[in-house]
Amino acid sequence: MTLPPFLVIARLTIQEASRRRLLLALLILTLVVVGFSAWGFNKITTLTRSNGEPLPPDQVALLTSQLLIVVVFMFSGVLALSAAVVAGPLISSEVESGLLLSMLARPVRRSEVVIGKWLGLAALVAIYAGFAGTAQLVAVDWATGYLPPQPVQLILFVAAQGLVLLSLGLLLSTRLSGITAGVIALVAWLMAWIAGVVGDVGTGLQNQALENVGVVSHLLLPSDGLWRGAIYAMEPDTLIAAMKTLGTAGRANPFAATDPPPTEFLLWVLVWFAIVLVLSIASFRTREI
Amino acid sequence: MAQVAEEETAAVSSEAAAGSPAVKTVDLHKRFGGTVALAGLTMTVPRGEVFGFLGPNGAGKTTAVKLLLGLLTPTSGEGWLLGRRIGDLGARRRIGYLPELFRYQSWLSAAEVLALHCELAPLPRASWKDEIRNVLETVGLTERAGDKVGTFSKGMQQRLGLGAALLGEPELVFLDEPTSALDPVGRHDVREIIRGLAARGTAVFLNSHLLSEVEQVCDRVAVVDHGRVIAEGSMDELLGGTAVRVRATGLAQADKNKLLSFGRIDDEGDQLTFASLDPERVPDLVAQIVAMGGRVYEVAPRHQTLEDRFLQLLEDEEK
Repeated sequence: MTLPPFLVIARLTIQEASRRRLLLALLILTLVVVGFSAWGFNKITTLTRSNGEPLPPDQVALLTSQLLIVVVFMFSGVLALSAAVVAGPLISSEVESGLLLSMLARPVRRSEVVIGKWLGLAALVAIYAGFAGTAQLVAVDWATGYLPPQPVQLILFVAAQGLVLLSLGLLLSTRLSGITAGVIALVAWLMAWIAGVVGDVGTGLQNQALENVGVVSHLLLPSDGLWRGAIYAMEPDTLIAAMKTLGTAGRANPFAATDPPPTEFLLWVLVWFAIVLVLSIASFRTREI
Repeated sequence: MAQVAEEETAAVSSEAAAGSPAVKTVDLHKRFGGTVALAGLTMTVPRGEVFGFLGPNGAGKTTAVKLLLGLLTPTSGEGWLLGRRIGDLGARRRIGYLPELFRYQSWLSAAEVLALHCELAPLPRASWKDEIRNVLETVGLTERAGDKVGTFSKGMQQRLGLGAALLGEPELVFLDEPTSALDPVGRHDVREIIRGLAARGTAVFLNSHLLSEVEQVCDRVAVVDHGRVIAEGSMDELLGGTAVRVRATGLAQADKNKLLSFGRIDDEGDQLTFASLDPERVPDLVAQIVAMGGRVYEVAPRHQTLEDRFLQLLEDEEK
């Protein structure tokens, strides 16, 4: 019984990341960050008011949730960045080096190469998001006794954002050189984040044109929309209620979300993944090797 | 079930295709933007033959192989491998390929690279161990089987690539400049491997610009230039003529021009080499040189080499 080619290629992609010690590097860095942040979170519980009394639990929770959003933003950034940088050269570098020549002369479809590489890297992104997210939440819980309201959704949204960048990088990699594809994916991710902020400002100022910038960018590259989902999963109910009383002004903040991502948006994300994968396959199929 | 049905169909059409040539192309064209790489390549390589595909750099040799393997799409024209249209996945089950630009996963060991190719070929898992051991033995890498490819010299990587191309006893093997990174011992080994393939009935498509290599192992040769086959035939057909070297003094340029009626001349002053001359005409040639006042010191017929013929073909092509 032999594996179908796309699974062979997925396995090879994971094997490469492991043999090149990418997984080890990420593991060590993650443990260091989690360790330091646990120490920092623990300090919140020792804070006192001016009269010397410790902070009440709801204030500890509020502070912890805000700090957690910043730390998770870093994690999701590292994940998105790594996904873009690793996916950018995934196909192009192997075309340029000639590595794919002997493999594609086997009975292997181009689509199987694309899907295999996507699957392999997607598994890595999901495993990393799951591992780093769980480690961070366990550390915060240990340090402060606080757990965000929706920990599983949080990890899923962070992983999905990584998958978005991975898919974009892979699509670009079917045609552009590795560096170019990685850089474009990275810039697109930052632009989508900024466009999301512009959209927030539009909401705050009730300016339709600016608001549309946010909406369109969320459709073109859903990374920021997914990040908003991650934020929402981290906010205590009290904070969401407080922001809602502020009306539209409460929404103009890239580190806050008053509503969960709409179901239509989540469905669109699935469609987006399908479109990008189909485009990647079509693009690679006509690529001259 | 679907897969079984597919394999049965493959088996049936494979039988049907058994009488078909190993490679056949009809008027194959390939353009890259404004550059014409292949301008109507038409050729047939019978099964079990060692076929030399010769040409100067940039003649279109690698492009032709990549088109046949479906790595490039032809601009126009048709081609078949083992009776199946180019691009058909089924034909690629029975083919081995050593690319000119050979590169293998540096983070895998030699044996793991071969196992990967066994898996993609795909060969039955039970046969992998023997297949891998045999090809490692054939290409002389048994001792390095467990070492990472990243630690290999270029020559060893080319040997590994050759090994990968030999897995599973393919019916057709494409070797694109297979000795480019090899030392004389390695070149000798490759010639032996090619002879071994021929003895087993495997067709070999050898891309090369190393004429001595081709001359030693090929049954038939096609010479390609500017993307077209300019000559094709068995080694004997191609090298039919005899070259004659004449050392003579006292000939003016005008006299030498008159001698062109005896065919192409390689003029090196007193040394004149007639690239292809019927031995029966040698006395006439000497008589004419003497009649023009020339003094003949030496007349040496020699068997034409592939190099003579190759240069002559390219020169004729220029005219």
